[in-house]
Amino acid sequence: MSYFAGNCDVAVIGAGHAGIEAGLAAARLGCSAMVFTINLDAVGNCPCNPSIGGTAKGHLVREIDALGGEMGRTADACFLQSRMLNRGKGPAVHSLRAQIDRREYSKIMKHKLELQENLQLKQAEVVDLTREGEAWKLTTRMGAAYIAKAVILATGTYLGGRIFVGDVSYESGPDGMFPAAFLGKSLKELGLSLRRFKTGTPARVLRSSIDFTDLEVQQGDDPVIPFSYDTETPGPNRAVCYVSWTNDETKRIILENIDRSPLYGGKIEGVGPRYCPSIEDKIVRFSDKPRHQLFIEPCGLDTEEMYLQGLSSSLPEDVQVAFYHSIKGLEHVQIMRCAYAIEYDCVDPIQMEATLEFTDFPGLYGAGQFNGSSGYEEAAAQGLVAGINAARKIQGKPPVILDRAGSYIGTLVDDLITKGVSDPYRMMTSRSEYRLVLRQDNADERLTPLGHEIGLIGEGRWKRFCEKQAQKTAELQRACQTVFSPTEELNEILVSRGTSPVTSGARLSDLLRRPEIDYKALTPIDTARPDYPDSVFENVEIELKYEGYIKRQKADIAEMRRLEQKLLSKGIDYSQIGGLRLEAQEKLQKVRPANIGQAGRISGVSPADVSVLLIWLAKNGDGSDGSGEWFGKDGEKHGANPENAS
Amino acid sequence: MIFAKEKKTGESAAIAAISTAQAPGGIGIIRISGDGAIEIAEKVFRSPWGKKLSQTPGYHALYGGVYTQDGEKIDEAVALVFRAPASFTGEDVVELSCHGGLYLLRRTLDCVLAAGARAAGPGEFTRRAFLNGKIGLTEAESVMDLICAQGKQAARAALAGHDGALERRIARIRDSLVAQAAHLSAWADYPEEEIPEVDTADLRKALVNARSEIGTLLSQFEAGRAIREGVDTVIAGRPNVGKSTLMNLLAGCERSIVTQYAGTTRDIVEDTVILGDVLLRLADTAGIHSTQDPVESIGVDRAKERVRAAQLVLAVFDSSQELNEEDLDLIKSLKEIPSVAVVNKSDLETKIDFAFLESHFPKVVSISAIKGDGLELLEKAVAQTLQTSALDPAAGMLFTERQRDTARRADGCLEEALSALDAGFTLDAVTVSLEGAVSTLLELTGERAGTAIVDAVFSHFCVGK
Repeated sequence: MSYFAGNCDVAVIGAGHAGIEAGLAAARLGCSAMVFTINLDAVGNCPCNPSIGGTAKGHLVREIDALGGEMGRTADACFLQSRMLNRGKGPAVHSLRAQIDRREYSKIMKHKLELQENLQLKQAEVVDLTREGEAWKLTTRMGAAYIAKAVILATGTYLGGRIFVGDVSYESGPDGMFPAAFLGKSLKELGLSLRRFKTGTPARVLRSSIDFTDLEVQQGDDPVIPFSYDTETPGPNRAVCYVSWTNDETKRIILENIDRSPLYGGKIEGVGPRYCPSIEDKIVRFSDKPRHQLFIEPCGLDTEEMYLQGLSSSLPEDVQVAFYHSIKGLEHVQIMRCAYAIEYDCVDPIQMEATLEFTDFPGLYGAGQFNGSSGYEEAAAQGLVAGINAARKIQGKPPVILDRAGSYIGTLVDDLITKGVSDPYRMMTSRSEYRLVLRQDNADERLTPLGHEIGLIGEGRWKRFCEKQAQKTAELQRACQTVFSPTEELNEILVSRGTSPVTSGARLSDLLRRPEIDYKALTPIDTARPDYPDSVFENVEIELKYEGYIKRQKADIAEMRRLEQKLLSKGIDYSQIGGLRLEAQEKLQKVRPANIGQAGRISGVSPADVSVLLIWLAKNGDGSDGSGEWFGKDGEKHGANPENAS
Repeated sequence: MIFAKEKKTGESAAIAAISTAQAPGGIGIIRISGDGAIEIAEKVFRSPWGKKLSQTPGYHALYGGVYTQDGEKIDEAVALVFRAPASFTGEDVVELSCHGGLYLLRRTLDCVLAAGARAAGPGEFTRRAFLNGKIGLTEAESVMDLICAQGKQAARAALAGHDGALERRIARIRDSLVAQAAHLSAWADYPEEEIPEVDTADLRKALVNARSEIGTLLSQFEAGRAIREGVDTVIAGRPNVGKSTLMNLLAGCERSIVTQYAGTTRDIVEDTVILGDVLLRLADTAGIHSTQDPVESIGVDRAKERVRAAQLVLAVFDSSQELNEEDLDLIKSLKEIPSVAVVNKSDLETKIDFAFLESHFPKVVSISAIKGDGLELLEKAVAQTLQTSALDPAAGMLFTERQRDTARRADGCLEEALSALDAGFTLDAVTVSLEGAVSTLLELTGERAGTAIVDAVFSHFCVGK
């Protein structure tokens, strides 16, 4: 029995990191939104590592924040320890990572959803999804039926979730939550093809049972750099992490029991992430490695649970106890929650548009692990994209497409929908070909104008952004105009930094172009330096130092964008285009790219095939330049325009 | 900082190719089409009266010379300017009609590519013509099929040439670069894992090795072409030193005759012969000597021009006579042209100054054309001069201008990476250039750099939480 329970514009199924951003964005853009979760105590849960950010993921958080998303602000509000990774490896790969208080994070996020105008947060398991005319009908397990104009699937590991610990296996969501056991069947009936992926998490252990005596301590940064451009004074570091190592004994125990692993015993059919192997995976695949590092991280300030990063496993609990005890510092460790693997349903994102809407199911969107990605940040980024686009579609506005050249978010979406995924997708800096332009220090410059334009960036934030940009412009100009005389003091600085002295006047900008020289080095002589935030100087210095590279990447970007504007309609029957190779026909038919640029990135589509497409396009003329509207495609409004970002 | 020359890669970026049949003789045309075609042409073409191509209206021609970047004149040419949309492709087009042989045409094309054009891909001019509405719609299908066929052929040539030897050779370079890129990527993306530090000395070595491998491929390109397509060879020398006898000797070996046809002028007789591994397109010139006879003087001028344009000169001297003024002039004119000194009439008494010749030519060979002695020596000397003796075709070679262009671009990226490394730039900058090189090399095999590197990270490094 079901009853009609209400209407909304956007229904979001799942209140994890994807669902939160999707619901908030839709509501903030003026749509009525409903966010459904199986358990209200699991909103914004971090069922795996108690941290936000990391390499490339830190970029994503910055970008989410620059567009007006919530993840960065919340992480700043509850972080325990913050570190900028990769200092010294170059500005393209600087990445922010923060340990967070996971309960606090979840609490703040839940509260934000509760306070959000236009948004209803509901504890309910959606068990059925059907077409209702142009709209969608969702039915909960209690029989409540809702009608929504758009639905965003952000089901995480709940959808068809099944946990594995050795030969124990049962249906479950993460952290002992109920799984979404019925929705999968309904989605299959709709015509979606689902597949199984797998992920895993290590044990949580009791702090007082760890012997920290000989463990290496890892401190946070001082000063702390926040994720959000809204956070002006981040709090202090409040916790430390510890480092330990596995050893021969760990290896022996694991190898002796490897046949009891559900993965090696063939019980798990799901495909696990390559980048996040369980400890047994690492030991089997890299058998010559004598030891593996692990990090012991706090889960929060008001809990004694500690997370063992690097030791995820699906071995039986008794084996886990044995191998954890073999590790230095963990000899007497008490496991509070054991490690487990979880298998879940997801889709091949190749069926989606860059808006994350299913090509064949108008009004149906997907985000996060449901789309085959992995990671809180990847999920949040997609949630934001889906939420924004679902709202805009309902409001009759053109979609917002983020491209690879403007953001990691765009790169993530493009990779998902163009290449598809064969294992859970994790963002990495090496996935971006434009990484010297897509830096974490300039995410605001790249995306905040767009966030403001679409209505997710408030006026106060916008004003501060404009002010920062003005300071940057002024400082760039000052750097190019300021000339230092070749004094002894200057040359002493230069020589002490290992670079050659000057004999005539030297421009500040030219000195900063030298790899060995930074603003800090020149402080004694650069007396007229204005009082701007550090981030302005950082940005100016990077732009000067890497000018040649940035210029070249921007040229590549301009070229890529030109091909992106040659639009291909979704209805093209590629099998009818003579001259295309068979493999290209099949791949194109599957991906149905939105434009020539995307077509060229599909593996199996050669430059000759692209030529054929260009000719076909010209001949059939239905998708020529500019006939398809998407927001900001004129570049200026796009915000991700390389001309105003670097 | 050194940056690889910026070359536009877009659909309307300037492309260039030899657009006439690549056969010896006659006039050859190099077509340049696309954005900046006229500016590019202007960098290599100069009118003796200082007229500028950029100021030349469409459908107008200028007479002038083609020059290398260093200012060396390669050939005389007529440049025909077409302005968009009134051209074959509908873009700005310059056609350089050169009258030299294939060798000069190729050198000219080289200069055009160096000036910023990209080597045209299969069917690219036609495709542009179509896209710009210059070819009727009914032809579309056949154009697509053509491109497809040519693309396949090019891919086959690139991949299957000499049983995939080129592919294997490029794959070796690529693999070593991908390994470095994967290490850099793992090192940057997994800072908390035990990824070994990137040893910049190792990285440097890998970059230098890859450059030298690519350098070898590039340097063998000309030699490879000598084997496949032949070398414009001139037999030069003052009258009666035995040029024609040598010509007859070379052409006379039964196995060697490929074609024989009358020269385009009565002064130059052409033959195509195989000497060892190398195909020689021989021209026997009129004797080079000063003359008052106007008719003969035309022949002599032409001969001199031929010498200047030759890929190989066999300079013939008479062993029984001392070197005279004309010999010395010839020697002087050959300073920068691959040449072999052929001392004929070894059967007669020696009067010539051998030591002098040896100090001016890398190879001096004694023969008796009339007796047929010394042909093996000549064969060896020619092979060494053209560097074909060091060439093993089975080891894989670059076959097309496009492949060479790609290899050069990859080399440019590597040079850039090395320069960033040596200047002390952070490794993220080095990585970008390194990946540029990988991408460029992968153009030859059709893989994607991003995927290749990410795959390598996960197969080589134990990373993850």
